[in-house]
Amino acid sequence: MTAKERPQTKGRRPLLTKWSSVGGQKSETNNIMTHPTAHVYPVDNIDTDRIIPGKYTKTLDMSALASHVLEDLDPDFAKKVQQGDILVAANNFGCGSSREQAPIAIKASGISVVVAKTFARIFYRNAINIGLPVVEVEHHNIQSGDSISVDLENGLVTNHTRDETYQAARMPQQMIDILNAGGLVNYLVKHGDYV
Amino acid sequence: MAQTISEKIISKHAGKPVRAGDIAIVHVDGVMATDATSPFAMKSFREMGGKKLWDSEKVSLIIDHASPAPNETVANLHKLMREFSNEMGCRLYDIGEGICHQLMVENAHVKPGDLFLGADSHTPTYGALNAFGIGVGSTDLAATMLTGKTWLKVPKTIKLTVNGEMKTGVTAKDVILFLVKELGVEGANYQVVEFTGETIKQMTLASRMVLANMSSEMGAKTGLVDPSGLELPYSFEPIFPDPDAEYTRELIFDISALRPQIAKPHSPENVVSIDELIGTKIHYAFLGSCTNSRLEDLHAAADVLKGKKLSNGVRLIIAPASKRIFNDALKDGTIEILSDAGATFITSGCGPCVGSHLGVPGDGEVVISSTNRNFQGRMGNPKALIYLGSPAVVAASALAGQIAEPEK
Repeated sequence: MTAKERPQTKGRRPLLTKWSSVGGQKSETNNIMTHPTAHVYPVDNIDTDRIIPGKYTKTLDMSALASHVLEDLDPDFAKKVQQGDILVAANNFGCGSSREQAPIAIKASGISVVVAKTFARIFYRNAINIGLPVVEVEHHNIQSGDSISVDLENGLVTNHTRDETYQAARMPQQMIDILNAGGLVNYLVKHGDYV
Repeated sequence: MAQTISEKIISKHAGKPVRAGDIAIVHVDGVMATDATSPFAMKSFREMGGKKLWDSEKVSLIIDHASPAPNETVANLHKLMREFSNEMGCRLYDIGEGICHQLMVENAHVKPGDLFLGADSHTPTYGALNAFGIGVGSTDLAATMLTGKTWLKVPKTIKLTVNGEMKTGVTAKDVILFLVKELGVEGANYQVVEFTGETIKQMTLASRMVLANMSSEMGAKTGLVDPSGLELPYSFEPIFPDPDAEYTRELIFDISALRPQIAKPHSPENVVSIDELIGTKIHYAFLGSCTNSRLEDLHAAADVLKGKKLSNGVRLIIAPASKRIFNDALKDGTIEILSDAGATFITSGCGPCVGSHLGVPGDGEVVISSTNRNFQGRMGNPKALIYLGSPAVVAASALAGQIAEPEK
């Protein structure tokens, strides 16, 4: 799907916060706003080997990681994703390895936010640390192709296609601070230590 | 305030009493990263403005995941690690020394009561030592390399009590596979598991490491084993939970009737009794990983294979957990028995378990493995089928050419 074919919704640009700008609108022409498209994989326990197989992790090349992201689950995933899109999964997303290459590969593929019912703990931390927002939403009705925006500040996920809003779980303040800084590297550059 | 083991260890490192649910900034006793995670950690460390480590004595880098280097990309990452270690003065375990977790325990870089961070998801292994080992990613690790600290949410704890005498042929691996099935791969997410009970109090350190190691397969932040009966080559003060500590769940199991357990493809929670799988044809048996490749595991395999030959068409690959273990097994004759039976020895390290190299299965091939994960693609080929079992079952299956248990 090209950007032009995306479902479009009329709407006011929401108040920009650092967070909503991460997961929010990506283009705006006059008063027409396009929202990121959801790629939904309603599967529990998508492990880090399926996100990025171990055989590809030994690299510092982000584009190489992005080209293999989720390939054992959906060989076309990397081709489908456009910058800013949203990945939606079910329970325990990212279980298994501590490889930070997993959220890095997802972020490098263009995904701006991952929505899941629950995340495995190391993946969750890693994603925040590299500045990839992740939100836990227990109940939603998001289907692939739906047009979604995420307000991270208030923990709200809006489905523009179905005109529904879903509540996300609240993150610990420490994580909000790290995410607001743009990730743990920037947080430490700014503060020099944990504060 | 009654506390769990986690609350006690974290309180000590936070410098104030904490309880489950609190956010704490804690001092860390040591960190380690492997060749799978060091490159990003070193990169993040530099991006954070890191010029020197908070304490170079407390930082270990280990080349074990793709060791020795299978290609030039990995060779260059290894080179970066060697250069970083020279520049920063931290410890480096180069190729062949062993698997990270084995090395940390074997060389006492982690000790009882410690709070230790590893950029590897099997860092909970140190719970066998009564230490709090947390698996983190590269950037978290880099932050600790710089500050000596990390932040964490004090986890709630699930208490697992295991009683009963294990039947002949049943091992810690069978117990933990059974427990992973009972709790599920998400059963302890964001939580800690404490292992206690009569069965566990009698286990060796190596067996305790199997339990703690695979608590990560329940999603646990760490797995802490009751230190009763723990024997170490140095003295230590064991940390026990208070009798009225709070748990989210308390489960009691009697494993006296437990049979050897096998996890079927493609999840470590997909566990059945070996009886359901006897006769499943296999092509490849792997004895290795941070879960099961210590001396007692090699001995279990040698007991099965002594004076015998592998089944025709089956390959058995063995990666001992460390060079020290390999040398011990060499001295006591175990290596000769296994080699005579037809086993192939590879570098001590992770290789086949993480699909890096040194033993990737072919399409449609069936693997019986002593490792911890059988996710699709885990060993490098999404078209292979991986079954997990104990070292004795791996050896017996290699001998029979099909999933089998050792003769009694």
